Amino acid sequence: MTPDFMNAPAHYFHAGFILISVANLIVIVLMVLVFILAVLLPFPGGRKTER
Amino acid sequence: MSLTRSVQQKLSATLPYEELLPYEQPAYVHSYVYLFGIATLASFILLIVSGIVLAAFGPQWWHFSTVGHFLNSTHYWSVQAFFFFMVVHLWATFFQGAWRDGRGLTWVVGVMTFLASILTAFTGYISQQNFDAQWIAVQGKDALNAVGVGAFFNVLNFGQMYGYHIFILPLVVGALISAHLLLVRMRGVVRPYDDAMADEVRS
Repeated sequence: MTPDFMNAPAHYFHAGFILISVANLIVIVLMVLVFILAVLLPFPGGRKTER
Repeated sequence: MSLTRSVQQKLSATLPYEELLPYEQPAYVHSYVYLFGIATLASFILLIVSGIVLAAFGPQWWHFSTVGHFLNSTHYWSVQAFFFFMVVHLWATFFQGAWRDGRGLTWVVGVMTFLASILTAFTGYISQQNFDAQWIAVQGKDALNAVGVGAFFNVLNFGQMYGYHIFILPLVVGALISAHLLLVRMRGVVRPYDDAMADEVRS
């Protein structure tokens, strides 16, 4: 059975010349967020050895 | 020198066995930001596995059975993950200037992989056999006609697009990913701009 939101037109974010579906906007925001977290968060573990 | 022998010598010089699966990495690779390439590869493997099952059972199965729906959704969400991680990988490598120090070809092959993946995703969307697929195909038809290749590709022909999606384009994407991985192994991960840690290693 198809969920209700799939049988309706997509929601859009509209600000001036920017027009983007909310679904696409969420994905872009998530990608930026994941990228920033990956840069900032320390990576755990790992034994350091000098070459 | 025989052709076989020269190929063998060239391969062992450029791709030494001990470099293929390294257990040591430079210290600067010790960050989450270096994981997006392998996350893209993991999504690609899931795509191929779920795609093989979908191709084996066919459209009637993926539309009308519970397990078919599940595999169809697995394939769909795998492609979302694939593009998600590939774009973040692209940002990471862009801000690291990953084409530096003789890694231009690695970068170019990555870009080609991205472009081939877009075509694979497009032919996948129009292979769904639902109203979405019809809508996308009709819009895509105009785009292909506009760039002058409409005579070669009939995006409203399910058989042709399905063939591209499950055979020709996955081979191209798979070959490009393999070349990209080999180039990364041959040339290594680029040193950071600030290379204070460049000579440290972690295992």
